[in-house]
Amino acid sequence: MALIEVRNVSKIYHLGGEEIRALDDLSLDIDGGEFIAIIGPSGSGKSTLMHILGCLDSPSKGTIRLDGTMIEKATPHQLSRIRNQKIGFVFQFFNLLPKLNVLQNVELPMIYSGLSGRERRERSMQALKLVGLENRANHRPMQISGGQQQRVAIARALVNNPKIIFADEPTGNLDSNTGDAILELFRQLSREGRTIALVTHDPEIAAVTPRRIEIRDGKIARQVDARLAGLDRQPRLANPLTQAT
Amino acid sequence: MNFLNAVVVGFKEIWAHKFRSVLTMLGIILGVSSLVGMSALVKGMENGMKEALVAIGGLEKVRLDENDIPAYQRYMADQAVGCTMNDVYALQKSAPLIRMVTPEMRMRDVTITRNGKYFNPFVFVGTWPNALEMNQHVVEYGRMFNEIDDEMARNVCVIGTETRDALWGTPEDLGYELNPVGQRITIKHQPFTIIGMFQHYESERERKVRELAKEKPVEPVRTNSPARSKGWGKRGSSYVYTLKNSTVYIPLNTMWVKFRSTAGSNNIPDARLSALSVKVADVETLEQAIQQAHNVLMHTHKGIEDFAFQTQEDWAENINRAIRNARISGGIIAAISLLVGGIGIMNIMLASITERIREIGIRKAIGASFMDIFIQILVESVVIAIIGGAAGLLTSLGLVRLLGVLSPTDNTPQITVNALLIAFAFSVGVGILAGLVPAFKAARLDPIQALRYE
Ligand SMILES: Nc1ncnc2c1ncn2[C@@H]1O[C@H](COP(=O)(O)OP(=O)(O)OP(=O)(O)O)[C@@H](O)[C@H]1O
Ligand SMILES: [Mg+2]
Repeated sequence: MALIEVRNVSKIYHLGGEEIRALDDLSLDIDGGEFIAIIGPSGSGKSTLMHILGCLDSPSKGTIRLDGTMIEKATPHQLSRIRNQKIGFVFQFFNLLPKLNVLQNVELPMIYSGLSGRERRERSMQALKLVGLENRANHRPMQISGGQQQRVAIARALVNNPKIIFADEPTGNLDSNTGDAILELFRQLSREGRTIALVTHDPEIAAVTPRRIEIRDGKIARQVDARLAGLDRQPRLANPLTQAT
Repeated sequence: MNFLNAVVVGFKEIWAHKFRSVLTMLGIILGVSSLVGMSALVKGMENGMKEALVAIGGLEKVRLDENDIPAYQRYMADQAVGCTMNDVYALQKSAPLIRMVTPEMRMRDVTITRNGKYFNPFVFVGTWPNALEMNQHVVEYGRMFNEIDDEMARNVCVIGTETRDALWGTPEDLGYELNPVGQRITIKHQPFTIIGMFQHYESERERKVRELAKEKPVEPVRTNSPARSKGWGKRGSSYVYTLKNSTVYIPLNTMWVKFRSTAGSNNIPDARLSALSVKVADVETLEQAIQQAHNVLMHTHKGIEDFAFQTQEDWAENINRAIRNARISGGIIAAISLLVGGIGIMNIMLASITERIREIGIRKAIGASFMDIFIQILVESVVIAIIGGAAGLLTSLGLVRLLGVLSPTDNTPQITVNALLIAFAFSVGVGILAGLVPAFKAARLDPIQALRYE
């Protein structure tokens, strides 16, 4: 059984009598430990898919099973637990809280999982170290660069040690150097056994992931799976935070 | 999110909008301080009235007055005897629930003169020495007349301070406290010797004002209008004290021998008492005591019910009604201002969550549940209310002091711990109520829609 099973999912928006099918009868399986790139032209439904997979949005039709839970049947409270514990989400536009400093932003998911203040601080600092921003802990999001903000957002996504990481164009707003650094971070996380799906426009990034899904008009247009070419790796799940030295 | 975190976040949010928060709190501050102020005023009123109740003899005292004969006994009206000494002796003998009986023979329109000055006492009665205890009088100078004075029908009297003030001058006028004991005065053309004077009765508030005035150097009062008497109708409960101060007591026998025996109609001496006061042994058995006295008196009055009992309970009930009314109207005013304060909080919280829709979306996206957001917003609203409430309590202390200064002749407003607790509890309650709707709206937000909100 796959970690994530998407079956006949549609997302339909109604705009002034017009029907927009952001996702159109889409089915997809993602196994534990996979590293997937989702590509496709603008407006094809990539973000919509990510939001639905990340339990932020609900499909108009179809079913999703995520780590054994039927998402459409889950209560709002269960969904908030899943978002908090199982999924780390990196947004296209960072979505940091401007009023909080970098450290407090990274701590936020742990506040909702009820960790003590000390533990929160320690784990946030570890996550910030992992993305190389431990010396910016007391800065406000507005006081650091876009690439740094994206790294803070990644640290926040990692800090609760989730199984699955969804990233919506994590390198979209960055120059190629920082983009490469962040991609390297994701590859490292993947090597540690996490399940990662990231949306990208960049064919270079898509080229390095074992599996590539291309979406057009809310449907899967093409899939390339390196595993089928015998490039499979043994997934193992580990905690990057406790292993980081 | 644990509770403490919510409180910390709430405080930060309030601190980030200091001015706005203070404006919002103003409503609560006003509400709380008006609640405390009102209750302090009512409490002061209650104190003054209770004091006055004690001054007129307390609840145990019951007066027996003449009354109209009921219609079905009208035909026996010419046989009615009225209240006489027979009643007094009968009650003493046969009504064990009654502890003390005091006969009163009163005379109206009496003028006391001395050296061309005159005074009309409000209460001029001939009575027994136990009137002292019955009416809670305290002798300041000299003594109360005793049984022998009464027996011998001596021309002696015990006066209240008003008589002294009218005939000699007030201590403020004279600059010293005059002791009139031993002085001779004329009452209705008869010479009398003052053998005692009661203390000056006044409410606690009046005493304070007087003492305050004493400390200050006396400024000469310059008025162009002629001096005039303010009469009896002074303000509020001080009326009771004025009446008590203008009492003149003489022995019952003196009254009888020197005035009454010659003053009856048709040359028949009028032996009737104008009233008699009784003191019941126990307020708890007031009903039974009155019933007992009633039975006894029905005998002495030959079955004609030409008398009635007057308890102080009516007075006490009036006090309670007045206090209840004041409390209700004060409560309504305070409730309205608290309500307005609550609406202010609700308004600012609604504005605040609209401002923070993106923030709420982000929090929900990373795992905040309905309850997490609900509690966060609710705590924020309650924190505003609590700070406002605490500030309101502080303001109310000042307000009550101000009220005390503004109304010097009324009773001192008194703050009770209960009032403070209730006011504070109300402000917290208002904060909770005001926060419910905004908290619910915020907690129900859909994460993805909140994130898209600009
Ligand atoms: N709230 C909405 N209301 C109406 N239509 C919407 C809404 N959100 C998305 N859509 C539509 O759904 C389609 C898919 O949008 P989506 O954001 O998933 O595209 P995308 O692939 O992420 O594009 P991009 O690469 O530009 O980010 C688009 O046609 C968009 O107009
Ligand atoms: Mg997108």
